[in-house]
Amino acid sequence: MHEHNENKGLLRRFLDLPADSVPKTVFVAVTICLVASMVVSAVAVYLRPIQEVNKLKDKQTNILQVAGLYEEGSDVVEAFKVFEPHVLEIETGKFTDQFDAATFDDRAAADDPATSVALTDDPASIGRQSKFVTVYLLRNEDGSLDKVILPIHGYGLWSTLYGFIALEENGNDIYGLQFYSHGETPGLGAEVDNPRWKALWNGKKLHDEDGVLQITVAKAAPAAGQDFYVDALAGATLTSNGVDNLVRFWMGEAGYAPFLSYLKEGDL
Amino acid sequence: MSQSSKDLILDPMVDNNPITLQVLGICSALAVTSSLQVSLVMAIAVTLVTGFSSMFISMIRNHIPGSIRIIVQMVIIASLVIMVDQILKAYAYEISKTLSVFVGLIITNCIVMGRAEAFAMKNPPVASFIDGVGNGLGYGLILMLVGFVRELFGAGSLFGVTILETVNNGGWYVPNGMLLLPPSAFFVIGLIIWAFRTWKKDQVEEREYKIQAVEEH
Repeated sequence: MHEHNENKGLLRRFLDLPADSVPKTVFVAVTICLVASMVVSAVAVYLRPIQEVNKLKDKQTNILQVAGLYEEGSDVVEAFKVFEPHVLEIETGKFTDQFDAATFDDRAAADDPATSVALTDDPASIGRQSKFVTVYLLRNEDGSLDKVILPIHGYGLWSTLYGFIALEENGNDIYGLQFYSHGETPGLGAEVDNPRWKALWNGKKLHDEDGVLQITVAKAAPAAGQDFYVDALAGATLTSNGVDNLVRFWMGEAGYAPFLSYLKEGDL
Repeated sequence: MSQSSKDLILDPMVDNNPITLQVLGICSALAVTSSLQVSLVMAIAVTLVTGFSSMFISMIRNHIPGSIRIIVQMVIIASLVIMVDQILKAYAYEISKTLSVFVGLIITNCIVMGRAEAFAMKNPPVASFIDGVGNGLGYGLILMLVGFVRELFGAGSLFGVTILETVNNGGWYVPNGMLLLPPSAFFVIGLIIWAFRTWKKDQVEEREYKIQAVEEH
């Protein structure tokens, strides 16, 4: 019997053990885990490049959309080349060469203590704010500035809304606003994606003539007037408040205010 | 094989539907049915996972020790679910964004575990595969029915194509916002179960107790 076992080889011997014995239990557990982990990691590694391309394309599509340049079925990567990406230091409002704008990851930077600050005054409920963000410039054919696309994010009702705001070259007129990732209630808060609502942002202004930030998302027009007012979403008060908070936060002193003042001077 | 392949596929549709009769997999049926497209992808994903997990588990069923059989089943199911999730992220990025966590939650879908434990552990691989696919399709059928009602009356569209022009877009239809929220699926599934049990009387469960009239003294 002993000799017979020797001849069968290790694997065969394990397979022939009764299923409920201790060695067989250990053998099955180890084998299953090994096989499963190898298969899963092989799939993950093999598909990773395709997934990265998808993510990048999705972001580029959104930037094209907010700038009003997106055409259904067009080559996103090719169309995206019109943009000039820069890494912006939020505090100074100036571009920095510390990072490569093509690969800089805003979200990772917001999590890294070295490149972010914990907010004490945090109306947009984002916790940590990255010191650096990627902004996109769009130029006219003669090289003068046409639009800037700035990333914004903040908490709505259920989720953090991530999006972009497109401003005209004067740093005060809004061209468009769009969120590319959120988990708000379908049919209510998720109406931030409704083209009719997004169109309301077009032509609104951030600051009044005295330079005071006036843009509001509210149920009724504020004293400042229609130019600074976007009608809140019906049935989605908390999402609307969230959008109001995050736009005012990012356009305010803790956000892009230094950069916007450079824009107004026409330095870019 | 006690049942023919045809029975294995068709039985879970109406006569032994995992949702309406066994009342399994309700959580995901509530979560993903707000639009038909998402329901369809979820149905396909669950069908694939149930089919292949049943097949793989059945292939090694004689070697699975009783003491760790649930864990072994979970490892196989979880690996398949992660694969489906990765494939969706690579080839159907838009849909994977809406399905997000729910694909991962297929792991905890009682239907998958239920078929592994109730069928695949005792039957050969091919029959187990067919049984898994059948149950996935039964689940998918209900998902599509619920998704149809919720998307049509909640958003005025089917597969994203506008059927009833909503007020928000300048039309006449005031959508029923509640249908877009998960709890509404409870009502829809409840009504479907009612309809199924009215049609197939043998699905009605016997009462576990009877309220007795107070005797007169």
